Amino acid sequence: MVYAFNAYIVPGSAKGTPLSTSSHAILAEGLQKRYGEKRALDGFDLAVPQGTVYGLLGPNGAGKTTAVRILASLVRLDGGRAEVAGFDVARDARKVRRRIGFTGQFTAVDEILTGRQNLRMFGRLFHLGSARAAARADELLEQFDLAEAADKGTKEYSGGMRRRLDLAASMILAPKVLFLDEPTTGLDPRGRNEVWTAVRSLVSGGTTVLLTTQYLDEADQLAGRVAVIDHGRVIADDTPAALKRRVGGDQLEVVLEEAVDLPVAVQAITRVASGEPEIDEELRRVAAPVERRVAALTDVARTLQDEGIGVEDIGLRRPTLDEVFLRLTGHKSEEITERTEVPA
Amino acid sequence: MSSTILDDDLNAPERRLYWALADGWTVARRTLTHLVRQPGNIAWQLGFPIVSVLLFGYVFGSAMSVPGGGDYREYLMPGMFGMTMAMGFMNTAYAVVIDTTKGVTDRFRSMPMSPSAPVTGRGLADIVSAALDLVVLAVTALVIGWRSDGGFWATLAAFALLLWLRFALIWIGIWIGLLTPNEEAAGSLFAVAFPFAMISSVFVAPSQMPDWLGAIAAWNPVSSTVTAARELFGNPAALGDSWIEQHALLGAIVWPLVITLVFVPMAVHRFQRLSR
Repeated sequence: MVYAFNAYIVPGSAKGTPLSTSSHAILAEGLQKRYGEKRALDGFDLAVPQGTVYGLLGPNGAGKTTAVRILASLVRLDGGRAEVAGFDVARDARKVRRRIGFTGQFTAVDEILTGRQNLRMFGRLFHLGSARAAARADELLEQFDLAEAADKGTKEYSGGMRRRLDLAASMILAPKVLFLDEPTTGLDPRGRNEVWTAVRSLVSGGTTVLLTTQYLDEADQLAGRVAVIDHGRVIADDTPAALKRRVGGDQLEVVLEEAVDLPVAVQAITRVASGEPEIDEELRRVAAPVERRVAALTDVARTLQDEGIGVEDIGLRRPTLDEVFLRLTGHKSEEITERTEVPA
Repeated sequence: MSSTILDDDLNAPERRLYWALADGWTVARRTLTHLVRQPGNIAWQLGFPIVSVLLFGYVFGSAMSVPGGGDYREYLMPGMFGMTMAMGFMNTAYAVVIDTTKGVTDRFRSMPMSPSAPVTGRGLADIVSAALDLVVLAVTALVIGWRSDGGFWATLAAFALLLWLRFALIWIGIWIGLLTPNEEAAGSLFAVAFPFAMISSVFVAPSQMPDWLGAIAAWNPVSSTVTAARELFGNPAALGDSWIEQHALLGAIVWPLVITLVFVPMAVHRFQRLSR
């Protein structure tokens, strides 16, 4: 059987003909998906270059999960076209499946089997043959730092360990594209860090990752680019830094010791600001977008000092992705910290 | 692993069957490994029929009479075998619910394995564990004095009919499992399984029930299988006059066939709906 198998292991070359020779690992054009009256996806476009980590960010019910499940060939399209690792997800689902890893919202490992038994089973189902499946399981247990717990039932694993095993199972064929649907939802900070480390090491190995997340800092931490989804379509698509710039660049923020001094501070900031200052009397805070960052900071700091005004804090601050959201979608970002959408 | 494994030979028609069987076996092995890792589960699963044997055989048994004569415990044992098979669909449904809600089904579906394997593997594992159940029950039965007087082949045929019923119920189990939203809801399946197994000839002959109930019990597929097994084992069968009771062997063959023909498409349809 091993011989029969080797004939089909063709390193670095595909047997089928890819639909396009694009350097995109994921290409989605005008995806449509309807559940009854609700349009889960409505003209969803996405182009993910090879070897990058792409974050899908959006409020609850925006269509993130539906998009990932379609791209991972789990859900049928109603319209549009999607290509993953060079193959059409609708017509060449099996070819796509040999090139992707999928980690859904729940850790899809068998809870009664041990870590090793899980990986061996999935390896056999990827048609590696028993011997190669066993060897690959050992490699992955080592790589994901699970070697010590390999022969324990996964019920005894921590959340982070189980998620790492889940990731390892997705990596058995060293896929070109890995889909992660909310990979750290429900994990404690330690587990989240463990998973982030694991994902980063996969990316350094050349895997393209598409991840959805409800944690803004996760997209910030992992993703080179972020697509913001709302109502089933991508409304913004850029690097996290550029998205933040789009919302108004850096902010100069001053917090005073006494609220009575606010008018002076507002005046000082308005002189250097590129937009309207935002005033919060309760927090004794003034903030405004600035373009000449350091010059503005020094200018305001000097003015306040000359006027003899007590300053509690002064600094330059990048807008958070929360603010990006609010600006782009008109929704409060709280909505996306709620628990996930599940297609009906 | 630096080399990427690309396309295997699943698309070649002559290899498709091979992988369908190989993948099905891999999935079945997973469930069978559960039995090895959690032998206690078998005890739990068999606890109900074994306790029932003791309760009905000894507590009520002395007050029970078999119409047409015969020892009640001799009458009861094939009923216990049949009840264990009948209630087995809950195990199937429960396993399907767990796999679907925990994402294991999705993982399988995202993999380049044979698409029929999750179902055939489930079925194979369930039949093997049902056979194990029967072995344990038969040993229990022998200990309390039950015997088969039907000879080797008839005895074997009786057990085969019992497994044939269990096989048919796999499809109902998969269908129900795919309909059931979560683990908690799966727990309430007992409310369906219990009457399904009880309103039959498992404990008492349908002729001893009120007419309307007796008619339902007689036509219950479980009754046909149990009655046919009694006849094959040479145990008291307490046959009533109705056509179905007189043709228990035919019923024991045809009923599971009908169930299979009806529920396989329904289960497949439900499974396909997962990709909607």
